[in-house]
Amino acid sequence: MIDTTVHTAPRETRTKIEVDGYSAWFGSRRILHEVAMDIREGEVTAIIGPSGCGKSTLLRSINRMHETVPGARWTGSIRIDGRDVLGRSVDPVEIRRKVGMVFQKPTPFPTMTVRENVVAGLRLNGIRDRRALAEKTEWALEKAALWAEVKDSLDKPGTALSGGQQQRLCIARALAVDLDVLLLDEPCSALDPISTAKVEELLLELKDSYTIAIVTHNMQQAARVSDRTAFMLDGKLEEFGETRTIFENPSRKTTEDYVTGRFG
Amino acid sequence: MTLACGAAVVLALVPVASLLAYVLSHGIHRLDLAFFTHLPAPVGEASGGMANAVVGTLELVAIACLVGVPVGVLAGTHLAEYGREGWFGWTVRFTADVLSGVPSIVTGIVAYRLVVRPMGHFSAWAGGIALGFMMIPTVVRTTEELVKMVPGAVRESALALGVPEWRTVLRVVLATARTGIATGILLAVARIAGETAPLLFTSFNNQFWPTGPGQPTASLTVQVFTYAISPFQDWHDQAWTGALVLLSIALAIGLAARLLVRRTAGARH
Repeated sequence: MIDTTVHTAPRETRTKIEVDGYSAWFGSRRILHEVAMDIREGEVTAIIGPSGCGKSTLLRSINRMHETVPGARWTGSIRIDGRDVLGRSVDPVEIRRKVGMVFQKPTPFPTMTVRENVVAGLRLNGIRDRRALAEKTEWALEKAALWAEVKDSLDKPGTALSGGQQQRLCIARALAVDLDVLLLDEPCSALDPISTAKVEELLLELKDSYTIAIVTHNMQQAARVSDRTAFMLDGKLEEFGETRTIFENPSRKTTEDYVTGRFG
Repeated sequence: MTLACGAAVVLALVPVASLLAYVLSHGIHRLDLAFFTHLPAPVGEASGGMANAVVGTLELVAIACLVGVPVGVLAGTHLAEYGREGWFGWTVRFTADVLSGVPSIVTGIVAYRLVVRPMGHFSAWAGGIALGFMMIPTVVRTTEELVKMVPGAVRESALALGVPEWRTVLRVVLATARTGIATGILLAVARIAGETAPLLFTSFNNQFWPTGPGQPTASLTVQVFTYAISPFQDWHDQAWTGALVLLSIALAIGLAARLLVRRTAGARH
């Protein structure tokens, strides 16, 4: 197998997630081909590529959401902190408590208030201590840069917030369960430019405390927000390196064509 | 065209309106507090009532819900979550559809064989179970539809938070669908509250207060039937009143169901 990735010299940051020879299928349809990459702590890693290139499938494999689709199959390994999380003996629920995900469509739970939404991950796992929950609510909303805006609306339904606020609520909800890793699957696709800017600003603030990976079809967003970028095409990892290199001086023609807008 | 549709609407409403008017006019005379507080009196005695029948109907409906709601909701949820393709889902759905078409008297006979014969006597349990069987198909289908309507994103968001699947289904998916499911249950209740045939040989009837679910129990429907086929004018009048009360209950439940739907729709905006 030809090594098609371009790696730059490793920096001080520690590798959190290692994807190794990972392939994925939906039934007989192959989505990913032997993908290998690493995602580091304290960084934002962007995954870009045209529609259908498998970037969402890759992201969803990391927190084992891929397997929730009937007919999903995979081979290879994904290691988080050195431990293979794809093994049959590993409980996906346990992984998802450390690796959170924010989806494209902001989805606050419709029957819960803002407050209940933030700590939903805790309450649904049996945590009842009111004071701890209240503290966590404030902490998570602060971290998501939403506290000031919603502190007087905590008892309104989660769906009463604006789209951008709802997405930040979903981020707060993910952070509240004490994650190490935050995965975002096109989190700003459904948002207006101002909300998008707020979310991007938030990611830059959060990256010091978390490992962040973001799938985006918006190249400018990837350029603004990420430290390293992975370019995928037809289920294969075409190129992976420092964001600046990918955008200003890519090694492969396909990468250059994509980032300059010639296709995709 | 509009005129034709309008005329059709009026035509459709005529039987309903005339039914309501007829029952109201015949039943209103004996509608008084005594109806709801007094036990049936011997013929000719004034101030007899159907209090025990009203309570009995409530008791029977409660037992029916004990049977019908858990089975219906769980089966409906299973169908929606895991039964979309495959032979199992198809079989369950087909069975529910068949069950909903079974004549109510047949359900009554089955409950007689299953409950009354082993127990040795009529009881509210038997009547409630018969009514419960009749509730199941409606609740299953409604629950399935409502659970299917919960956006996949809600389920995924809960799973992604590290909530185990069973808890996701119970506390997130079902919670989201709860108002619709409640409406489905209400409509099923409205249907069974007005059933007579399955009760004829399960809960039978009783002229006295219910002392427990193991006893034959009065119900509004059977009492109306008993009085209506009797030769006494006094009892005929009371039967009309019983019919009026039954109709009002059905209307009230239907209204409650509509208001529930309106409230969910309103809360979304």
